[in-house]
Amino acid sequence: MSLRPTRVHHPYAMLAPTLAVLGVFFLLPLGLALHQSFYSWDLLTPPEPVGFANYRALWASGELLETAWRTLVYSVMVVVSSTSLGLALALLLDREGRFFAFVRGAVFSAYVVSWVAVALLWLWLLDPQAGLVARIVAALRLPSIDWLGDPRFVLATLAGVTVWKITGYAMVIFLAGLQDVPRAVLEAAALDGAGAWQRFRRITWPLLRPTAAFVGTTSLILSFQSFDIVRVMTQGGPVRASSIFVYAIYEQVFVNLRVGRASAITVVFFVLLVGLTALQLWAWRRGARGKVAT
Amino acid sequence: MNARFVDVCLRLALLVVALVWVGPYLWMVATSFKTLEELVRAPAWPIPSALRLDAYREVLAAVPVWRYTLNTLVMATLIGLLQIALALPAGYALAKLEFTGRRTAFLLVMACLVIPPQVTFVPVFTMLGSLGLVNTMAALVVPFAVSAMGTFLVRQAMLAIPDELIEAARLDGAGEMTIVFRLLAPLVRPTLAAMFLFSFVYHYSDYFWPLMMTTDDRVRTLPLAVALLREQGTGVRWHIVMAGNVLLSLPVLALFGLAQQRILRAVTARVSS
Repeated sequence: MSLRPTRVHHPYAMLAPTLAVLGVFFLLPLGLALHQSFYSWDLLTPPEPVGFANYRALWASGELLETAWRTLVYSVMVVVSSTSLGLALALLLDREGRFFAFVRGAVFSAYVVSWVAVALLWLWLLDPQAGLVARIVAALRLPSIDWLGDPRFVLATLAGVTVWKITGYAMVIFLAGLQDVPRAVLEAAALDGAGAWQRFRRITWPLLRPTAAFVGTTSLILSFQSFDIVRVMTQGGPVRASSIFVYAIYEQVFVNLRVGRASAITVVFFVLLVGLTALQLWAWRRGARGKVAT
Repeated sequence: MNARFVDVCLRLALLVVALVWVGPYLWMVATSFKTLEELVRAPAWPIPSALRLDAYREVLAAVPVWRYTLNTLVMATLIGLLQIALALPAGYALAKLEFTGRRTAFLLVMACLVIPPQVTFVPVFTMLGSLGLVNTMAALVVPFAVSAMGTFLVRQAMLAIPDELIEAARLDGAGEMTIVFRLLAPLVRPTLAAMFLFSFVYHYSDYFWPLMMTTDDRVRTLPLAVALLREQGTGVRWHIVMAGNVLLSLPVLALFGLAQQRILRAVTARVSS
Protein backbone atom coordinates (compact mmCIF):
# COMPACT_ATOMS: atom_id res chain seq x y z
CA MET A 1 0.00 0.00 0.00
CA SER A 2 2.07 2.85 -1.20
CA LEU A 3 1.65 5.69 -3.60
CA ARG A 4 2.99 6.37 -7.03
CA PRO A 5 5.04 9.59 -6.98
CA THR A 6 3.50 12.42 -9.02
CA ARG A 7 6.86 12.90 -10.75
CA VAL A 8 9.44 10.13 -11.11
CA HIS A 9 12.27 12.19 -9.62
CA HIS A 10 10.36 13.30 -6.50
CA PRO A 11 11.40 10.54 -4.09
CA TYR A 12 15.05 10.92 -5.11
CA ALA A 13 14.98 14.67 -4.60
CA MET A 14 13.35 14.21 -1.20
CA LEU A 15 15.99 11.72 -0.08
CA ALA A 16 18.99 13.48 -1.65
CA PRO A 17 19.91 15.80 1.26
CA THR A 18 19.52 13.02 3.83
CA LEU A 19 21.59 10.53 1.87
CA ALA A 20 24.21 13.17 1.02
CA VAL A 21 24.78 14.08 4.68
CA LEU A 22 24.80 10.44 5.80
CA GLY A 23 27.14 9.53 2.94
CA VAL A 24 29.62 12.32 3.60
CA PHE A 25 29.65 12.21 7.41
CA PHE A 26 28.98 8.54 8.18
CA LEU A 27 29.88 6.24 5.28
CA LEU A 28 32.72 8.11 3.59
CA PRO A 29 34.61 8.52 6.92
CA LEU A 30 34.63 4.73 7.34
CA GLY A 31 36.47 4.35 4.04
CA LEU A 32 38.71 7.27 4.86
CA ALA A 33 39.65 5.78 8.24
CA LEU A 34 40.58 2.50 6.57
CA HIS A 35 42.61 4.36 3.94
CA GLN A 36 44.44 6.55 6.47
CA SER A 37 45.27 3.57 8.66
CA PHE A 38 47.84 2.54 6.00
CA TYR A 39 49.61 5.91 6.16
CA SER A 40 51.88 7.69 8.58
CA TRP A 41 50.65 11.26 8.94
CA ASP A 42 51.36 13.97 11.55
CA LEU A 43 48.89 16.54 10.07
CA LEU A 44 51.82 18.86 9.24
CA THR A 45 53.89 17.05 6.60
CA PRO A 46 52.35 15.03 3.71
CA PRO A 47 51.14 11.50 4.57
CA GLU A 48 53.48 8.59 3.79
CA PRO A 49 52.21 5.10 2.88
CA VAL A 50 53.47 2.53 5.39
CA GLY A 51 51.41 -0.59 4.69
CA PHE A 52 50.41 -2.47 7.82
CA ALA A 53 53.05 -0.78 9.99
CA ASN A 54 50.46 1.03 12.14
CA TYR A 55 48.65 -2.20 12.96
CA ARG A 56 51.92 -4.05 13.57
CA ALA A 57 53.20 -1.37 15.92
CA LEU A 58 49.92 -1.27 17.88
CA TRP A 59 49.97 -5.05 18.17
CA ALA A 60 53.67 -5.36 19.05
CA SER A 61 53.55 -2.68 21.74
CA GLY A 62 50.54 -4.41 23.26
CA GLU A 63 48.59 -1.15 23.10
CA LEU A 64 45.76 -2.61 21.05
CA LEU A 65 45.12 -5.62 23.27
CA GLU A 66 45.50 -3.61 26.47
CA THR A 67 43.09 -0.93 25.26
CA ALA A 68 40.56 -3.57 24.20
CA TRP A 69 40.91 -5.36 27.53
CA ARG A 70 40.50 -2.17 29.61
CA THR A 71 37.44 -1.19 27.58
CA LEU A 72 35.93 -4.64 28.07
CA VAL A 73 36.59 -4.68 31.83
CA TYR A 74 35.06 -1.21 32.24
CA SER A 75 32.05 -2.08 30.05
CA VAL A 76 31.30 -5.38 31.77
CA MET A 77 31.37 -3.66 35.18
CA VAL A 78 29.02 -0.97 33.89
CA VAL A 79 26.59 -3.36 32.18
CA VAL A 80 26.30 -5.86 35.03
CA SER A 81 25.89 -3.20 37.73
CA SER A 82 23.57 -0.80 35.91
CA THR A 83 21.32 -3.56 34.55
CA SER A 84 20.89 -5.38 37.87
CA LEU A 85 20.54 -2.16 39.86
CA GLY A 86 18.09 -0.77 37.30
CA LEU A 87 16.01 -3.95 37.52
CA ALA A 88 16.01 -3.94 41.34
CA LEU A 89 14.97 -0.27 41.47
CA ALA A 90 12.24 -0.82 38.86
CA LEU A 91 10.78 -3.70 40.90
CA LEU A 92 10.84 -1.63 44.12
CA LEU A 93 9.56 1.57 42.52
CA ASP A 94 6.75 0.14 40.38
CA ARG A 95 4.08 1.63 42.67
CA GLU A 96 1.67 4.54 42.79
CA GLY A 97 2.33 7.54 45.01
CA ARG A 98 4.27 10.76 45.08
CA PHE A 99 7.13 9.36 47.16
CA PHE A 100 7.90 6.64 44.62
CA ALA A 101 7.55 9.09 41.73
CA PHE A 102 10.07 11.34 43.48
CA VAL A 103 12.63 8.53 43.88
CA ARG A 104 12.13 7.50 40.23
CA GLY A 105 12.70 11.09 39.11
CA ALA A 106 15.78 11.47 41.29
CA VAL A 107 17.43 8.34 39.89
CA PHE A 108 16.58 9.19 36.28
CA SER A 109 17.68 12.83 36.53
CA ALA A 110 21.37 11.87 36.29
CA TYR A 111 20.70 10.45 32.83
CA VAL A 112 19.55 13.89 31.64
CA VAL A 113 22.53 15.86 33.01
CA SER A 114 25.58 16.12 30.75
CA TRP A 115 28.55 13.77 31.12
CA VAL A 116 30.84 16.74 31.75
CA ALA A 117 28.72 17.94 34.66
CA VAL A 118 28.59 14.44 36.15
CA ALA A 119 32.35 13.95 35.69
CA LEU A 120 33.24 17.27 37.33
CA LEU A 121 30.78 16.70 40.16
CA TRP A 122 32.25 13.29 41.01
CA LEU A 123 35.80 14.56 40.59
CA TRP A 124 35.01 16.95 43.42
CA LEU A 125 33.14 14.36 45.53
CA LEU A 126 36.09 11.94 45.13
CA ASP A 127 38.81 14.52 45.77
CA PRO A 128 41.38 12.67 47.93
CA GLN A 129 41.76 15.48 50.50
CA ALA A 130 38.64 17.64 50.58
CA GLY A 131 36.11 15.41 48.83
CA LEU A 132 32.91 14.37 50.56
CA VAL A 133 33.52 10.66 49.91
CA ALA A 134 36.98 10.78 51.49
CA ARG A 135 35.51 12.58 54.51
CA ILE A 136 32.77 9.99 54.95
CA VAL A 137 35.26 7.15 54.59
CA ALA A 138 37.49 8.80 57.20
CA ALA A 139 34.58 9.38 59.58
CA LEU A 140 33.62 5.69 59.34
CA ARG A 141 37.29 4.79 59.99
CA LEU A 142 37.48 2.73 56.80
CA PRO A 143 40.82 2.46 54.96
CA SER A 144 41.15 5.36 52.55
CA ILE A 145 41.30 4.61 48.83
CA ASP A 146 42.78 6.81 46.15
CA TRP A 147 39.81 6.31 43.82
CA LEU A 148 41.21 7.93 40.70
CA GLY A 149 44.95 7.88 41.45
CA ASP A 150 45.40 4.15 41.99
CA PRO A 151 45.72 2.14 38.76
CA ARG A 152 44.03 -0.83 40.44
CA PHE A 153 40.82 1.07 41.21
CA VAL A 154 40.53 3.72 38.53
CA LEU A 155 38.49 1.67 36.04
CA ALA A 156 36.10 0.53 38.77
CA THR A 157 35.69 4.14 39.91
CA LEU A 158 34.91 5.34 36.38
CA ALA A 159 32.49 2.42 36.00
CA GLY A 160 30.82 3.42 39.27
CA VAL A 161 30.30 7.01 38.09
CA THR A 162 28.94 5.70 34.78
CA VAL A 163 26.52 3.45 36.66
CA TRP A 164 25.35 6.45 38.70
CA LYS A 165 24.66 8.27 35.44
CA ILE A 166 22.89 5.56 33.40
CA THR A 167 21.07 3.36 35.94
CA GLY A 168 18.04 5.64 35.68
CA TYR A 169 17.75 4.77 32.00
CA ALA A 170 17.83 1.01 32.72
CA MET A 171 15.25 1.53 35.47
CA VAL A 172 12.84 3.42 33.18
CA ILE A 173 13.07 0.75 30.48
CA PHE A 174 12.44 -1.99 33.03
CA LEU A 175 9.48 -0.03 34.43
CA ALA A 176 8.03 0.08 30.92
CA GLY A 177 8.66 -3.68 30.57
CA LEU A 178 6.85 -4.32 33.85
CA GLN A 179 3.66 -2.87 32.33
CA ASP A 180 3.49 -6.04 30.19
CA VAL A 181 3.39 -8.28 33.26
CA PRO A 182 -0.29 -9.02 33.94
CA ARG A 183 -1.22 -8.02 37.50
CA ALA A 184 -4.02 -10.62 37.63
CA VAL A 185 -1.56 -13.48 37.11
CA LEU A 186 0.72 -12.17 39.86
CA GLU A 187 -2.23 -11.82 42.25
CA ALA A 188 -3.50 -15.30 41.44
CA ALA A 189 -0.04 -16.73 42.07
CA ALA A 190 0.13 -14.88 45.40
CA LEU A 191 -3.24 -16.36 46.39
CA ASP A 192 -1.92 -19.79 45.50
CA GLY A 193 0.86 -19.22 48.02
CA ALA A 194 3.75 -18.32 45.70
CA GLY A 195 6.29 -16.16 47.55
CA ALA A 196 7.73 -12.91 46.21
CA TRP A 197 10.88 -14.61 44.88
CA GLN A 198 8.90 -17.37 43.18
CA ARG A 199 6.55 -14.87 41.57
CA PHE A 200 9.57 -12.98 40.23
CA ARG A 201 11.41 -16.08 39.10
CA ARG A 202 8.46 -17.81 37.40
CA ILE A 203 6.32 -14.94 36.08
CA THR A 204 8.04 -11.54 36.04
CA TRP A 205 11.54 -12.51 34.92
CA PRO A 206 10.56 -14.63 31.87
CA LEU A 207 8.45 -11.70 30.64
CA LEU A 208 11.25 -9.20 31.31
CA ARG A 209 13.99 -11.15 29.56
CA PRO A 210 13.69 -9.32 26.22
CA THR A 211 13.82 -6.00 28.11
CA ALA A 212 16.92 -7.17 29.97
CA ALA A 213 18.55 -8.16 26.67
CA PHE A 214 17.78 -4.69 25.29
CA VAL A 215 19.09 -2.85 28.36
CA GLY A 216 22.20 -5.00 28.60
CA THR A 217 23.28 -4.73 24.98
CA THR A 218 22.40 -1.03 24.71
CA SER A 219 24.48 -0.12 27.75
CA LEU A 220 27.30 -2.37 26.50
CA ILE A 221 27.51 -0.42 23.24
CA LEU A 222 27.14 2.88 25.09
CA SER A 223 29.95 2.13 27.55
CA PHE A 224 32.24 0.96 24.74
CA GLN A 225 31.95 4.51 23.40
CA SER A 226 32.67 6.31 26.70
CA PHE A 227 35.02 9.24 26.40
CA ASP A 228 33.90 12.35 28.28
CA ILE A 229 34.38 11.03 31.79
CA VAL A 230 37.82 9.65 30.95
CA ARG A 231 38.90 12.94 29.39
CA VAL A 232 37.60 15.03 32.29
CA MET A 233 38.38 12.76 35.24
CA THR A 234 41.64 10.92 34.47
CA GLN A 235 43.02 11.77 30.99
CA GLY A 236 43.58 8.05 30.60
CA GLY A 237 45.80 7.85 33.69
CA PRO A 238 47.32 6.94 36.01
CA VAL A 239 49.94 5.23 33.81
CA ARG A 240 47.33 4.64 31.06
CA ALA A 241 45.23 2.47 33.37
CA SER A 242 42.01 4.14 32.20
CA SER A 243 42.89 4.68 28.54
CA ILE A 244 39.90 3.03 26.85
CA PHE A 245 39.19 2.96 23.10
CA VAL A 246 37.87 6.41 22.22
CA TYR A 247 40.34 8.09 24.57
CA ALA A 248 43.22 6.14 23.01
CA ILE A 249 42.12 7.29 19.54
CA TYR A 250 41.80 10.89 20.71
CA GLU A 251 45.24 10.81 22.31
CA GLN A 252 46.88 9.49 19.13
CA VAL A 253 45.41 12.32 17.03
CA PHE A 254 45.38 15.34 19.28
CA VAL A 255 48.30 14.63 21.62
CA ASN A 256 50.70 12.49 19.56
CA LEU A 257 49.62 13.85 16.13
CA ARG A 258 49.55 10.34 14.67
CA VAL A 259 46.56 10.15 12.35
CA GLY A 260 47.61 6.75 10.96
CA ARG A 261 47.78 5.09 14.37
CA ALA A 262 44.50 6.69 15.40
CA SER A 263 42.82 5.46 12.22
CA ALA A 264 44.11 1.92 12.78
CA ILE A 265 42.60 1.88 16.30
CA THR A 266 39.40 3.37 14.86
CA VAL A 267 39.14 0.54 12.32
CA VAL A 268 39.56 -2.13 15.01
CA PHE A 269 37.13 -0.27 17.28
CA PHE A 270 34.49 -0.11 14.56
CA VAL A 271 34.83 -3.83 13.77
CA LEU A 272 34.25 -4.58 17.47
CA LEU A 273 31.21 -2.26 17.55
CA VAL A 274 29.69 -4.05 14.56
CA GLY A 275 30.27 -7.33 16.40
CA LEU A 276 28.48 -5.96 19.47
CA THR A 277 25.57 -4.75 17.34
CA ALA A 278 25.27 -8.21 15.79
CA LEU A 279 25.18 -9.59 19.33
CA GLN A 280 22.47 -7.06 20.17
CA LEU A 281 20.29 -8.06 17.19
CA TRP A 282 20.76 -11.73 18.05
CA ALA A 283 19.75 -11.09 21.69
CA TRP A 284 16.64 -9.17 20.59
CA ARG A 285 15.55 -11.84 18.15
CA ARG A 286 16.01 -14.50 20.80
CA GLY A 287 14.20 -12.36 23.34
CA ALA A 288 11.35 -11.72 20.92
CA ARG A 289 11.00 -15.42 20.20
CA GLY A 290 10.96 -16.15 23.95
CA LYS A 291 8.20 -13.58 24.31
CA VAL A 292 6.06 -15.22 21.64
CA ALA A 293 6.55 -18.63 23.26
CA THR A 294 5.31 -17.52 26.69
CA MET B 1 1.87 -5.00 61.67
CA ASN B 2 4.52 -7.05 59.87
CA ALA B 3 3.59 -5.70 56.44
CA ARG B 4 3.65 -2.19 57.83
CA PHE B 5 7.19 -2.72 59.19
CA VAL B 6 8.39 -4.01 55.81
CA ASP B 7 6.82 -0.99 54.11
CA VAL B 8 8.62 1.43 56.43
CA CYS B 9 11.95 -0.32 55.86
CA LEU B 10 11.40 -0.20 52.09
CA ARG B 11 10.64 3.50 52.17
CA LEU B 12 13.74 4.18 54.29
CA ALA B 13 15.94 2.22 51.88
CA LEU B 14 14.48 4.11 48.93
CA LEU B 15 15.06 7.40 50.73
CA VAL B 16 18.75 6.48 50.93
CA VAL B 17 18.67 5.66 47.19
CA ALA B 18 17.14 9.07 46.43
CA LEU B 19 19.82 10.70 48.59
CA VAL B 20 22.60 8.99 46.62
CA TRP B 21 21.26 10.74 43.51
CA VAL B 22 20.00 14.05 44.88
CA GLY B 23 22.77 14.48 47.46
CA PRO B 24 25.53 15.18 44.91
CA TYR B 25 23.44 17.94 43.28
CA LEU B 26 22.84 19.58 46.66
CA TRP B 27 26.57 19.31 47.41
CA MET B 28 27.34 20.93 44.06
CA VAL B 29 25.02 23.87 44.78
CA ALA B 30 26.28 24.24 48.37
CA THR B 31 29.91 24.25 47.22
CA SER B 32 29.21 26.93 44.62
CA PHE B 33 28.12 29.39 47.36
CA LYS B 34 31.27 28.92 49.45
CA THR B 35 34.47 30.92 49.49
CA LEU B 36 37.97 29.56 48.99
CA GLU B 37 38.70 30.21 52.66
CA GLU B 38 35.67 28.16 53.75
CA LEU B 39 36.62 25.29 51.42
CA VAL B 40 40.12 25.10 52.85
CA ARG B 41 39.05 25.39 56.48
CA ALA B 42 36.13 22.94 56.53
CA PRO B 43 35.60 21.24 53.17
CA ALA B 44 33.01 18.76 54.49
CA TRP B 45 30.80 21.32 56.25
CA PRO B 46 27.60 21.25 54.18
CA ILE B 47 26.21 24.74 54.73
CA PRO B 48 27.88 27.82 53.23
CA SER B 49 28.15 30.74 55.66
CA ALA B 50 26.16 33.00 53.32
CA LEU B 51 24.56 32.95 49.87
CA ARG B 52 27.59 34.46 48.21
CA LEU B 53 27.74 34.75 44.44
CA ASP B 54 31.49 35.37 44.28
CA ALA B 55 32.19 32.03 42.61
CA TYR B 56 29.66 32.81 39.88
CA ARG B 57 31.26 36.19 39.28
CA GLU B 58 34.64 34.47 38.95
CA VAL B 59 33.18 32.05 36.40
CA LEU B 60 31.90 34.95 34.32
CA ALA B 61 35.30 36.61 34.56
CA ALA B 62 37.30 33.47 33.72
CA VAL B 63 35.45 32.35 30.59
CA PRO B 64 33.12 34.13 28.14
CA VAL B 65 30.06 32.29 29.44
CA TRP B 66 27.51 34.30 27.46
CA ARG B 67 29.36 33.78 24.20
CA TYR B 68 29.63 30.03 24.86
CA THR B 69 25.97 29.79 25.92
CA LEU B 70 24.85 31.60 22.78
CA ASN B 71 27.01 29.30 20.63
CA THR B 72 25.54 26.25 22.36
CA LEU B 73 21.93 27.39 21.92
CA VAL B 74 22.45 28.35 18.26
CA MET B 75 24.17 25.05 17.53
CA ALA B 76 21.58 22.85 19.27
CA THR B 77 18.64 24.75 17.76
CA LEU B 78 20.02 24.64 14.23
CA ILE B 79 20.73 20.92 14.49
CA GLY B 80 17.23 20.19 15.81
CA LEU B 81 15.50 22.23 13.10
CA LEU B 82 17.62 20.83 10.26
CA GLN B 83 17.02 17.28 11.44
CA ILE B 84 13.26 17.85 11.34
CA ALA B 85 13.31 19.70 8.01
CA LEU B 86 15.30 16.92 6.31
CA ALA B 87 13.66 13.94 8.03
CA LEU B 88 10.13 14.95 6.95
CA PRO B 89 10.57 14.59 3.14
CA ALA B 90 12.97 11.64 3.56
CA GLY B 91 10.61 9.85 5.93
CA TYR B 92 7.68 10.54 3.59
CA ALA B 93 9.52 9.12 0.57
CA LEU B 94 10.61 6.04 2.51
CA ALA B 95 7.18 5.42 4.02
CA LYS B 96 4.77 6.35 1.25
CA LEU B 97 6.31 6.54 -2.21
CA GLU B 98 6.99 3.73 -4.66
CA PHE B 99 10.35 3.97 -6.41
CA THR B 100 13.31 1.86 -7.45
CA GLY B 101 15.95 1.71 -4.74
CA ARG B 102 13.64 2.36 -1.82
CA ARG B 103 14.83 -0.70 0.07
CA THR B 104 18.49 0.21 -0.51
CA ALA B 105 17.94 3.78 0.66
CA PHE B 106 16.19 2.53 3.79
CA LEU B 107 18.99 0.06 4.58
CA LEU B 108 21.55 2.83 4.07
CA VAL B 109 19.79 4.98 6.67
CA MET B 110 19.56 2.06 9.09
CA ALA B 111 23.24 1.18 8.60
CA CYS B 112 24.20 4.67 9.80
CA LEU B 113 22.61 3.88 13.18
CA VAL B 114 25.60 1.63 13.87
CA ILE B 115 28.17 4.36 13.16
CA PRO B 116 28.66 6.70 16.14
CA PRO B 117 30.58 10.01 16.04
CA GLN B 118 33.30 8.27 18.07
CA VAL B 119 34.16 6.29 14.93
CA THR B 120 33.90 9.13 12.42
CA PHE B 121 35.63 11.99 14.25
CA VAL B 122 39.21 11.33 13.07
CA PRO B 123 38.41 11.14 9.33
CA VAL B 124 35.86 13.97 9.56
CA PHE B 125 38.42 16.12 11.39
CA THR B 126 41.01 15.59 8.64
CA MET B 127 38.33 16.13 5.98
CA LEU B 128 37.14 19.43 7.48
CA GLY B 129 40.74 20.40 8.13
CA SER B 130 41.65 20.13 4.46
CA LEU B 131 38.59 22.23 3.58
CA GLY B 132 39.52 24.85 6.20
CA LEU B 133 36.25 24.25 8.05
CA VAL B 134 37.65 23.35 11.47
CA ASN B 135 36.64 25.98 14.04
CA THR B 136 33.41 26.93 12.29
CA MET B 137 29.78 26.60 13.29
CA ALA B 138 29.35 24.48 10.14
CA ALA B 139 31.71 21.84 11.55
CA LEU B 140 29.45 21.58 14.60
CA VAL B 141 26.10 21.59 12.81
CA VAL B 142 26.32 20.04 9.32
CA PRO B 143 27.59 16.56 10.37
CA PHE B 144 24.45 16.26 12.52
CA ALA B 145 21.98 17.83 10.08
CA VAL B 146 20.59 14.36 9.48
CA SER B 147 19.71 11.97 12.27
CA ALA B 148 19.39 8.38 11.06
CA MET B 149 17.29 7.60 14.14
CA GLY B 150 15.07 10.63 13.53
CA THR B 151 14.56 9.72 9.87
CA PHE B 152 13.60 6.22 10.93
CA LEU B 153 11.14 7.47 13.57
CA VAL B 154 9.46 9.90 11.14
CA ARG B 155 9.13 7.08 8.59
CA GLN B 156 7.51 4.86 11.24
CA ALA B 157 5.07 7.63 12.18
CA MET B 158 4.16 8.23 8.51
CA LEU B 159 3.48 4.53 7.91
CA ALA B 160 0.51 4.87 10.27
CA ILE B 161 -1.09 7.62 8.15
CA PRO B 162 -3.66 6.32 5.61
CA ASP B 163 -2.78 6.72 1.91
CA GLU B 164 -6.30 8.03 1.16
CA LEU B 165 -5.51 11.23 3.02
CA ILE B 166 -2.58 11.96 0.71
CA GLU B 167 -4.54 10.94 -2.39
CA ALA B 168 -7.34 13.31 -1.41
CA ALA B 169 -4.86 16.16 -0.95
CA ARG B 170 -3.38 15.44 -4.37
CA LEU B 171 -6.84 15.56 -5.94
CA ASP B 172 -7.30 18.93 -4.31
CA GLY B 173 -4.21 20.04 -6.20
CA ALA B 174 -1.69 20.11 -3.32
CA GLY B 175 1.96 19.75 -4.32
CA GLU B 176 4.20 17.20 -2.62
CA MET B 177 5.99 19.80 -0.45
CA THR B 178 2.63 21.16 0.72
CA ILE B 179 1.55 17.61 1.59
CA VAL B 180 4.75 16.91 3.57
CA PHE B 181 5.08 20.19 5.47
CA ARG B 182 1.43 21.35 5.76
CA LEU B 183 -0.58 18.14 5.94
CA LEU B 184 1.70 15.42 7.35
CA ALA B 185 4.02 17.41 9.63
CA PRO B 186 1.18 18.40 12.03
CA LEU B 187 -0.02 14.78 12.09
CA VAL B 188 3.39 13.46 13.24
CA ARG B 189 3.98 16.33 15.65
CA PRO B 190 4.53 14.17 18.77
CA THR B 191 7.35 12.35 16.95
CA LEU B 192 8.88 15.66 15.82
CA ALA B 193 8.64 17.14 19.31
CA ALA B 194 10.34 14.12 20.89
CA MET B 195 13.00 14.20 18.18
CA PHE B 196 13.74 17.88 18.80
CA LEU B 197 13.84 17.40 22.57
CA PHE B 198 16.30 14.50 22.43
CA SER B 199 18.47 16.16 19.82
CA PHE B 200 18.53 19.49 21.66
CA VAL B 201 19.43 18.02 25.05
CA TYR B 202 22.05 15.73 23.50
CA HIS B 203 23.81 18.50 21.58
CA TYR B 204 23.43 21.08 24.35
CA SER B 205 25.35 18.68 26.61
CA ASP B 206 27.73 17.33 23.99
CA TYR B 207 31.38 17.67 24.92
CA PHE B 208 32.93 15.21 22.48
CA TRP B 209 32.27 16.75 19.06
CA PRO B 210 32.92 20.43 19.88
CA LEU B 211 36.12 19.40 21.70
CA MET B 212 37.41 17.69 18.57
CA MET B 213 36.29 20.26 16.01
CA THR B 214 37.03 23.60 17.70
CA THR B 215 39.84 25.42 19.44
CA ASP B 216 38.47 28.92 19.15
CA ASP B 217 36.34 30.86 21.67
CA ARG B 218 34.16 32.20 18.87
CA VAL B 219 32.51 28.82 18.28
CA ARG B 220 33.21 26.81 21.45
CA THR B 221 30.31 25.60 23.57
CA LEU B 222 29.34 25.65 27.23
CA PRO B 223 30.38 22.12 28.32
CA LEU B 224 33.91 22.89 27.06
CA ALA B 225 33.99 26.13 29.01
CA VAL B 226 32.99 24.46 32.25
CA ALA B 227 35.50 21.63 31.80
CA LEU B 228 38.11 24.30 31.11
CA LEU B 229 37.42 25.96 34.47
CA ARG B 230 39.01 22.97 36.14
CA GLU B 231 41.93 22.66 33.75
CA GLN B 232 42.81 26.30 34.31
CA GLY B 233 42.55 26.00 38.08
CA THR B 234 45.41 25.27 40.38
CA GLY B 235 44.75 23.71 43.76
CA VAL B 236 41.36 23.91 45.42
CA ARG B 237 39.09 26.06 43.29
CA TRP B 238 36.15 23.71 43.45
CA HIS B 239 33.66 26.43 44.38
CA ILE B 240 34.29 28.05 40.99
CA VAL B 241 34.13 24.76 39.07
CA MET B 242 30.87 23.86 40.83
CA ALA B 243 29.40 27.29 40.07
CA GLY B 244 30.10 26.63 36.39
CA ASN B 245 28.61 23.19 36.78
CA VAL B 246 25.41 24.64 38.25
CA LEU B 247 25.13 27.03 35.28
CA LEU B 248 25.58 24.08 32.90
CA SER B 249 23.21 21.57 34.47
CA LEU B 250 20.50 23.69 36.07
CA PRO B 251 18.59 24.43 32.82
CA VAL B 252 18.48 20.72 31.94
CA LEU B 253 17.46 19.68 35.46
CA ALA B 254 14.77 22.39 35.53
CA LEU B 255 13.44 21.23 32.14
CA PHE B 256 13.38 17.66 33.43
CA GLY B 257 11.60 18.71 36.63
CA LEU B 258 8.90 20.54 34.67
CA ALA B 259 8.29 17.90 32.01
CA GLN B 260 9.28 14.72 33.83
CA GLN B 261 6.22 12.66 32.88
CA ARG B 262 6.37 13.62 29.20
CA ILE B 263 10.11 12.95 29.02
CA LEU B 264 9.79 9.50 30.59
CA ARG B 265 6.95 8.65 28.18
CA ALA B 266 9.05 9.81 25.23
CA VAL B 267 12.03 7.68 26.34
CA THR B 268 9.94 4.53 26.58
CA ALA B 269 8.13 5.27 23.30
CA ARG B 270 11.50 5.56 21.57
CA VAL B 271 12.60 2.19 22.88
CA SER B 272 9.46 0.31 21.88
CA SER B 273 9.98 1.36 18.26
